[in-house]
Amino acid sequence: MQESLFAPGHRACAGCGMPTAIKLVLDAAGPNTIVASPTGCLEVTSTPFPESSWRVPWVHSLFENPAAVASGVEVALKRFGKTDTNVLVIGGDGSTFDIGIGAISGMFDRGHRITYVCYDNEAYMNTGVQRSGSTPFCAKTTTTPTGKLSLGNPRPKKDMAAIAVAHGVPYVATASIAYPVDLRRKVKRSLEADGPAYIQINAPCITGWSFEAGDTIEQARLVVETCLLPLCEYVDGVLTDVKKIRRKKPVEEYLKTQGRFKHLFRAEGGAEVVAQLQAMADANAEKYGLID
Amino acid sequence: MRRVVEGSYAIADAVRCCSPDVVSVYPITPQTHIVEHLSEFVADGKLDCEYINVESEFSSLSSLIGASVAGARTYTSTTSQGLALMFEVLYNVSGMRLPIVMTTVNRSLSAPLSIWNDQQDSLGVRDSGWIQIYAENVQEAIDLTPMLYKISEDPQILTPSMVCMDGFILTHVYEPVDFLDEEMVREFLPPYRPEHILDPENPKTFGAFADPSWFTEFKYLQYQAMERSREKIAEVTREFEEVFGRGYGGLIDTYAMDDAEIALVTMGSIVGTVKEAIDDLRSEGVKVGLVKIRSYRPFPGDELKRALKDASVIASIEKDISMGYEGALLTDLKGAFYNSSIRTPIIGFAVGLGGRDIGIKHVRAMVERASRVLDAGIESEFEIFDVKPECL
Amino acid sequence: MSKCEVKMVVEPGSTEITKTGAWRTFVPVFDHDKCIKCSLCEIYCPESCIHQIEGNFVPDLDFCKGCSVCAHECPRGAITMVLEEK
Repeated sequence: MQESLFAPGHRACAGCGMPTAIKLVLDAAGPNTIVASPTGCLEVTSTPFPESSWRVPWVHSLFENPAAVASGVEVALKRFGKTDTNVLVIGGDGSTFDIGIGAISGMFDRGHRITYVCYDNEAYMNTGVQRSGSTPFCAKTTTTPTGKLSLGNPRPKKDMAAIAVAHGVPYVATASIAYPVDLRRKVKRSLEADGPAYIQINAPCITGWSFEAGDTIEQARLVVETCLLPLCEYVDGVLTDVKKIRRKKPVEEYLKTQGRFKHLFRAEGGAEVVAQLQAMADANAEKYGLID
Repeated sequence: MRRVVEGSYAIADAVRCCSPDVVSVYPITPQTHIVEHLSEFVADGKLDCEYINVESEFSSLSSLIGASVAGARTYTSTTSQGLALMFEVLYNVSGMRLPIVMTTVNRSLSAPLSIWNDQQDSLGVRDSGWIQIYAENVQEAIDLTPMLYKISEDPQILTPSMVCMDGFILTHVYEPVDFLDEEMVREFLPPYRPEHILDPENPKTFGAFADPSWFTEFKYLQYQAMERSREKIAEVTREFEEVFGRGYGGLIDTYAMDDAEIALVTMGSIVGTVKEAIDDLRSEGVKVGLVKIRSYRPFPGDELKRALKDASVIASIEKDISMGYEGALLTDLKGAFYNSSIRTPIIGFAVGLGGRDIGIKHVRAMVERASRVLDAGIESEFEIFDVKPECL
Repeated sequence: MSKCEVKMVVEPGSTEITKTGAWRTFVPVFDHDKCIKCSLCEIYCPESCIHQIEGNFVPDLDFCKGCSVCAHECPRGAITMVLEEK
């Protein structure tokens, strides 16, 4: 029995997708790894003083600076000749897509050998499910509520992977906790890259998305099978691999199982939004060649 | 070795002598020459360190958190808006007890935009848990650099510190200075060897969050370390004098304070001008002296009481305003005396804001204002000095 | 007076002193005869608390929060969630 590098006893919600992502990432990276994390669900659930779930060295500083903190770690390791140690950032989408994006851009630009891992649960979950730049179109959050004049989040999800690719980052991938073999392979490949890497892992949030207990992995699978989330891999800016879908499912199968999209099946105008989301999925399937 | 160089070059050379492992910088006027010279040293192989150009001051200090937790001696420099952008990181560094040393070039804060000197920036972060020592001249700023590494890195202190030096006035001045000898600095300043670092062989967690049952104790320990730094600052200042032959007093220094009736209290480069004014006034028979505050945090309350107990009137001269009250130094100064038996009147002046020149005539005018307190009592406790009359 | 425990570093894996099994309402019951040893339950478990012991996959009930991800993901339906008598 191999001991997980992310210990139990953490305070994440029952059925949270994030700890599975962390466990898989650390499993692939191995014990010779240093992790920097921002403030967020991961940080508060894994390190309530005087306890920690981390079995690798770990540092938390602030919400918007883990990419800069990790940059400092990486150059210090270089200074001390310890270049065989992996340096990871593991943070949520609020830190990654929004408040920390400047520091991430700097980290990419300077070419540090750091794998930046975003566990993406598509809103500010730690503070109570507020909208982030990663929140999908027309999802209901506590700051994009539904109402007479609103069908939820008015903007589509920011394409953070494309932003990473635009920086000339040598390795960029999107992954999902529903595909653990693929996820671990991507982490391993990222650590071989000669420079920064970005991996975005879809990690459903049972509290913020509001789905049935036990459905966490099923949600992660459905968003891929509907083509709403393409699982891609870019090496040196070139799309080299996509996760093929055998039978593309209609987006309703994904949307109808989640509280944050429930209004789309009740409110006036909801059907049009579902059609728009289906068009987005179809465009993904076409653009990335997702269908076998 | 004594040479005439620009202040910024001299500071860069002092940093070089302290052998930092990681230097992380973002340019901002008037700090730029310091970091340019450091990059030249690296390019010429004169400074062996990791030098990173980051995308903001927020990230320069944040990256040093990572480097410091990984066991590196670290350096950065900033000023004004850059220091303001670091605000959140400053508290984080001190709370994590990381002995980062930073040259804080003093400059005013926008708006209106001004690149010129005052001390609003560092005084505005006085509560952030950093030791702040203000340099009178380039030589003191040079000498403070190894002293502050030694103080900050002491296992009993582990508190970050700032060498505060007035922008342009000290960073861009050419004056003769004694350079530090690298070998002597190495003797004086032992290598940084933290007890715990980020190490896969011994995988500790840094930066856990504290709930209300623990937070107070973290702050108590941090407070105690800052208190211990008082004695450490005095001790390291003495030790520096023994090795390098240049003395600076301790948390404060005094000038012409024997028999002084009028005592001025100030800090930074204005000290030089005040000393010249005092020389003139003394020759005219005016009993005026100066207490120079070197360490603003920790605040030298006891030292000030001892140095000022025999004065008849005290006047603080400072380059900041705490909007809604008065000068920050004036408030602290008055506070130091309140629970003592000393009831000397204290007044204060805000001067030199946004680079306004302060000359000997201005100091004389403030001394004149202070002497009037002796006859007429306090008319105005706090005054913004040298405002255009038509705006009054 | 006991020693001050406030330190700037925290020991690795120390959340194990907190038994999150106390959160549980439903408990997973494993039918080892149906199990095909695919290990998906172990891989997906958010608590890292399902382990293979002497060939069988077993949840560590000290930590199992009863989320039922394992039961949902088991391809053979070998895991059932049962209301726990406390």
